Parts: sequence; C-alpha cells; structure tokens
Amino acid sequence: MKLKTNIATSENGFIFNPATGDSFTSNAIAAEILGYMKAGESEEEIKEKILNRYDVEPSQLERDWDDYMLQLKEANLLAL
Amino acid sequence: MYASPDLNKSKSLTIAVTGLNANDNPGPGLAVIRALRTGFGAGLRIIGLAYETLEPAIYLKDQIDKTYRIPYPTAGTEALKERIKQIQEVEQIDVLIPNFDAELYNFIKIEGDLLKIGIHTFLPSQKQLEQRDKVNLSAFGEKHQFKVPADEAVFSAVEIENIANKFGFPLMVKGKFYEAHTALNIADAHKAFYKLQARWGLPVIVQKFIKGTEINIAGLGDGIGNAISVIPMRKLYITEKGKAWAGITIEDEKLIVLAKDFAKATNWRGGFELEIMRDEQDNLYIMEVNPRFPAWVYLSVAAGQNQPKALVDLALGNPVEVMNDYKAGKMFIRYAWDNIVDVVEFQKLSAFGEL
Repeated sequence: MKLKTNIATSENGFIFNPATGDSFTSNAIAAEILGYMKAGESEEEIKEKILNRYDVEPSQLERDWDDYMLQLKEANLLAL
Repeated sequence: MYASPDLNKSKSLTIAVTGLNANDNPGPGLAVIRALRTGFGAGLRIIGLAYETLEPAIYLKDQIDKTYRIPYPTAGTEALKERIKQIQEVEQIDVLIPNFDAELYNFIKIEGDLLKIGIHTFLPSQKQLEQRDKVNLSAFGEKHQFKVPADEAVFSAVEIENIANKFGFPLMVKGKFYEAHTALNIADAHKAFYKLQARWGLPVIVQKFIKGTEINIAGLGDGIGNAISVIPMRKLYITEKGKAWAGITIEDEKLIVLAKDFAKATNWRGGFELEIMRDEQDNLYIMEVNPRFPAWVYLSVAAGQNQPKALVDLALGNPVEVMNDYKAGKMFIRYAWDNIVDVVEFQKLSAFGEL
C-alpha cells in the first residue's frame, strides 16, 4: 500500500490531494502512519513500529490497519 | 517563466474593462482589474465601462479610476462605437477587455474600428464565438472529439417532453447566454424554460444531466493554437445560482491537456473558461465554454499565472511565453461587503453617464 506521490500531509494530520482538491483530517496515530508511508516504509515496518510504540494487540492492529487502508482507498489517496 | 517585456510602457497603460457587476452572479470585471493592478502596479489607469448604475465595482474607487456608462448590446454596434469614440477622446485607452458573453458579438464587430482609434483588444473571432455557443456545443464536441453531454436547442416548451423521454430526468435547462436550472420533472423543466426564455430569449438549451464533480478551467489562448495559461479549479462551495463561491486550484494533467487541446482545436484567441464535469469513470465532459475570463480569474494570479496581464501583453503585441508552473492548493473564498456610497456619486453616474 503506497500513498500517491503528490499527496500532501502535515504533522497535525491534515491531508490534501492536489489532484482532486479534497482535504481530510486524521488523528495523531493516523498522521504518524501517513508519515511513515510517505517516507516509503513498508507495511511490515510500519506495523512493527506501531506495535513497539503503543499498547496494542497484533490482531487489533490488523483490523484497524485494514479499516484505515480502506478509508484511504475510498478517499482516492492510494497509488494503484 | 513569463515576464512583462516593457515595464516602462506598462506604467502608463490605460485599460478599459466591462463586467463590473460584482454581485451574486458576478461578472469577471473586478477580478480582471485586480489582476491587472497586481500585474502592472502603480501608474495603471483603469476605466470601468458599465451598463447599469448599480454595478458594485463602479464605486470601488481604489480599483477603478473612472467609469462611463455604455449602451446595452441590443442598441447595436454603431451606438457602442460612437460611445467608445467619445470616451477615447478623453481617456486614451490602450486596451479594452470585454467580460460579458452578451456584449462580445458587438465588440468583435468593431474590433477594427477600435484599433483605428488606438484601442487594442484580444478577442476570439466571430466563428470561434459561434462554434462554442451552447446551441452548437454538441456539434463542436463531435467535430473535435471532446466529450460533451447530449443536448438540444428548444424553441417551444412542448418540445421538452420528447427530449425528456430520450435523456431522462434530471435534465439541465440552460439560458442562451447565462443561467442553468436542474429540472427533476416536466413541470420543473417547463418552469425553467419560460423563465430562461423571458430573461435571455430563445433558444433554450436542454442538456443531458451528468453526475460528477464540477471543475472549471481558466485559460488564455494566443490565437495560433497555444494555451498560454491553464489553471484548473475545483468548486468547493456553490451558490443557488450554481456559481463557485469558494474554490481550490488542483493539479491534474488530464485537465491541462484538455484545455490545451481546446486551444489547439479552435486556435482560441483570448480568455476562456471550460466548465467541466468529471464523472465516476473519470470521463471529462465539457459542459460549457465561456468566451472570456471567469469571475474567479484572480485565483490564476494567486496560483502564479496572471492571465489578464498576459492578455494585455498579447493585445499590445508584446511577446508572451507559455506559462506552465502553478501552485495547487490555492483557494479563493468570495465574500460580501457593504460598500458605503453617497447618493451624490450615484446621481453623477445616473445623470451624466460617468463617474
């Protein structure tokens, strides 16, 4: 899963798609994940970082991850 | 990058502009003036040309140095020519930028006469104006392989039912020059027809409804097939009249290519606006082509391409390079402001035709 290259994100979780003019806000963890994605990190690397940093079960992370990726896809923010 | 080639000349320019009705269905005049003031700076003299005494921009004295009333387009080209001649004896106008669809026909007709008295314009030809007319738009699309929604010109309300059976509801019902209504049923369509007929005359255009995202493109064609500037904008807030009250510049190569293709196919000369609908399959439909700058054209300046300034340079025969870079994510948010004016000002314009 990769973000489209032209997507602009800010540290406070604001997301802007310059191709459509759509903008979104996200919470702190979502913004952190976006930052990792923008830096080109793989899904596995990002998940490992989240598991090390937060008190979350791997199964819960998997569910939340899938849900978040679905939202990004619906928002037209992921590269095909 | 684009730069004005003759700064000394630009300091003493006098430019006349129409379309001063900065209301809820705004003409582009005020935005054009603002762009020119940004582009040419101090020393620029702006002459407003107004049809009615309550066009709001007339009274913005920091934007317009002097305003003259001109005859309505229905008065014909002779009346317009005579009035502009009178004004020119006082003002020495270098460039005139008309901003209304309905007045363009007359200005194009007197283009040569204006040049003889020293007034430069940069307008589309009569043929260009006609081929993008709402009445001819589907034939235009077919000829140049642009996607355009199916439409039909209607001269009587009874014709609508047959068209509705073909296109289905909702339908777009559009005025010859301005205004569009979405009709959900035959009663809506008839109501819209009579309203638009009374206001803008016949024919009224009935167009197939396309569901999608509204995008507008402001552009400037050099008359020999190049688009000097292209700025796409997505509407963020739309008024009841369908006008963008807020919008944002977007970057999308498909939109740029479409506008460049339009300029190439038509050899468009002057400002233009493409009204685009992007459907769910990512098809880009040209809903309308406006033969002038849009009312939001100042956003082109904010994004990095001053289209009105470039048009003035083209009109004066100065070299102008194609502008490619612009900033996506620049927004405009229009606002309403009560300008306070003494009745004396209003009387001057009403009584003497100038202010």
